[in-house]
Amino acid sequence: MKRKIKVLVAKPGLDGHDRGAKVVASALRDAGMEVVYLGLHNTPEEIAEAAIQEDVDVVGLSIHSGAHMTLIPLIRELLVKNGADHILVTGGGIMPKEDIDVLESRGVGKLFVPGTPTTEIVEYIKATVEARWKAEVQ
Amino acid sequence: MTQSKAKDTQSHEEKWRQSLEEAKVAEEQFFMTQSGTETEPLGLPGQIEGLDYERDLGYPGQFPYTRGIHASMYRGRLWTMRQFSGFGTAADTNKRYKFLLDHGQTGLSVAFDYPTLMGYDSDHQRSCGEVGRCGVAISSLKDMQTLFDGIPLDKVSTSMTINGPAAILFAFYIAAAEKQGVSPKKLRGTLQNDILKEYIAQKSWLVKPEPSMRIITDILGYATESVPQWNTISISGYHIREAGSTALQELAFTLADGLAYVKAGIEAGIDVDAFAPRLSFFFDSHMDLFEEVAKMRAARRIWAREMRETFSARNPRSWMLRFHTQTAGVSLTAQQPWNNVVRTAYEALAGVLGGTQSLHTNSMDETYALPTEAAVKLALRTQQILACETGVPNTIDPLAGSYFVENLTNEMEKGCYEYFDRIEKLGGVIPAIEKGFFQREIAAAAFRYQKEIEAKKRIIVGLNDYLEDEEEDIPILKIDPHVDAEQSENMKELRASRDDKAVENALKALTAACNDGTNLMPKILDAARAYATLGEIADVFRQEFGAYREPPSF
Repeated sequence: MKRKIKVLVAKPGLDGHDRGAKVVASALRDAGMEVVYLGLHNTPEEIAEAAIQEDVDVVGLSIHSGAHMTLIPLIRELLVKNGADHILVTGGGIMPKEDIDVLESRGVGKLFVPGTPTTEIVEYIKATVEARWKAEVQ
Repeated sequence: MTQSKAKDTQSHEEKWRQSLEEAKVAEEQFFMTQSGTETEPLGLPGQIEGLDYERDLGYPGQFPYTRGIHASMYRGRLWTMRQFSGFGTAADTNKRYKFLLDHGQTGLSVAFDYPTLMGYDSDHQRSCGEVGRCGVAISSLKDMQTLFDGIPLDKVSTSMTINGPAAILFAFYIAAAEKQGVSPKKLRGTLQNDILKEYIAQKSWLVKPEPSMRIITDILGYATESVPQWNTISISGYHIREAGSTALQELAFTLADGLAYVKAGIEAGIDVDAFAPRLSFFFDSHMDLFEEVAKMRAARRIWAREMRETFSARNPRSWMLRFHTQTAGVSLTAQQPWNNVVRTAYEALAGVLGGTQSLHTNSMDETYALPTEAAVKLALRTQQILACETGVPNTIDPLAGSYFVENLTNEMEKGCYEYFDRIEKLGGVIPAIEKGFFQREIAAAAFRYQKEIEAKKRIIVGLNDYLEDEEEDIPILKIDPHVDAEQSENMKELRASRDDKAVENALKALTAACNDGTNLMPKILDAARAYATLGEIADVFRQEFGAYREPPSF
């Protein structure tokens, strides 16, 4: 049986705008990935813990509250600190390009703005995770 | 393909239909409204057979208010230009309010930050990184006083987008007005206070549904007596629509929520004609212009009939659906953001053709951040140009009598009642929420819409067609990251300067009221006046009523 990519989709912090998170979660599932949906109002600690416990390949974060510069690096830090720096941290929401550039330079994966086709997100995750799997085998 | 008769024996209509068929660009064509219905290519008299002017349309300001709730509509008074606004500290937002008022805004609208929306003080651990980022941080009466410093509360009307902690912010506003020497009887404004749609769509809450309804009916009871000019609930469809619903779902779910509040108010023993006149509504204005107008007209007619016939309200003001409109945030694109100016203009037009009482126009940069001064000024000018230059407000409900629009209005009404039936069968709004009915409908509609865009059935300019390689950089509003530290300082000062015993007593009295069923508002006011913080008061509710957390599903 083909190994499934496992993705945790979560909204950190207090933001309740979950339309995007749900649409992406559905698209990932339709693309054959295993989705662990954590929903709303998660602390960074809750997200990192769940990601490690569920042994996911990817953490997908959705933030529309302007709190991305605090929450995303925090989650990435927690994963790295706990030996899970192989987990791809990706996501999207309402984020200016400037902020995205800063976050991507700090070890966070690609962050997607509104209008990104779900196919692009699926392809990105597939390519990144499969490349990592290949590298691990070698 | 229709068999065509010889052209000379065809009726005019058949001739037209054949020409239309021949003009088809492709076999599969997509002419769908956002509610998934086929858009009629041509409005025809047969589509509105049986439409009775007096019964179904009526005159503006007369039952069933299809054509508008005021006799003169915009000829008597323009819609209120009310831009939703807030960021950083109260002092920051106070500046922005003065800017907007200076540039011709006619009503205020407060956007709170997430900690405030969720009942957490700025210095709470969960507030870290969130303070002032998507709205203004208000943790106490002191912050509320600063927010309205130099803005006389007897001279303005203020809408506050707050739900779970609505009663608390309402108390802060009333107490801030007191400090200005303004009596609550003089206060005009609106509290969003629509918890049902929070569980359904916006997802900002404090406690579970049942105690939330109790808090709301306490607000209704209190305001009816003491703040008589205040709109106690803004029964909202905007958030439902933004979360992904169709226009029809927005209409049906919003009105269903409204009817649930009416029922709750009556069951709480308040005379329907005492509180219903102060219920108000809030709709989205999206891109399918005629569908939006039909939605708003249908809303007025349905509400009027339900209030008069189902609830036997006798006061005509109980029958009138008054509403605020916001142009659809979700229709804006991050790509080629200047296009958003145009989208907002079309959506504003729809809102005005639909007869809105109040309007917020989005700024073109809001797919990236909160609006800059320049962007929000342009959004305001959009309304002013619409008001002054297009001639549209000079006549009332101009689309009435259009075969197409009246048919669409009827279809909206029909579809709405079908949803009412489904909700009834599930046991009503709260049971339907608990069963996840609305949430699933919304998520499915959102997914469907996304798929239509990705399949290029729906074209969004700049997004899936008319693409550009180079993206233009636009100025973006940055929230000073020192806002967290500044608010923490404010909180420290507040706690140091107040009478702790008074706060303690007030919170104790509030706790008792939670459990003995007396109206919470007076006790919340006492706590507010003692400078208890938002978080301290909200903690009492979380403690006594139980905090709410949504079970995750997609």
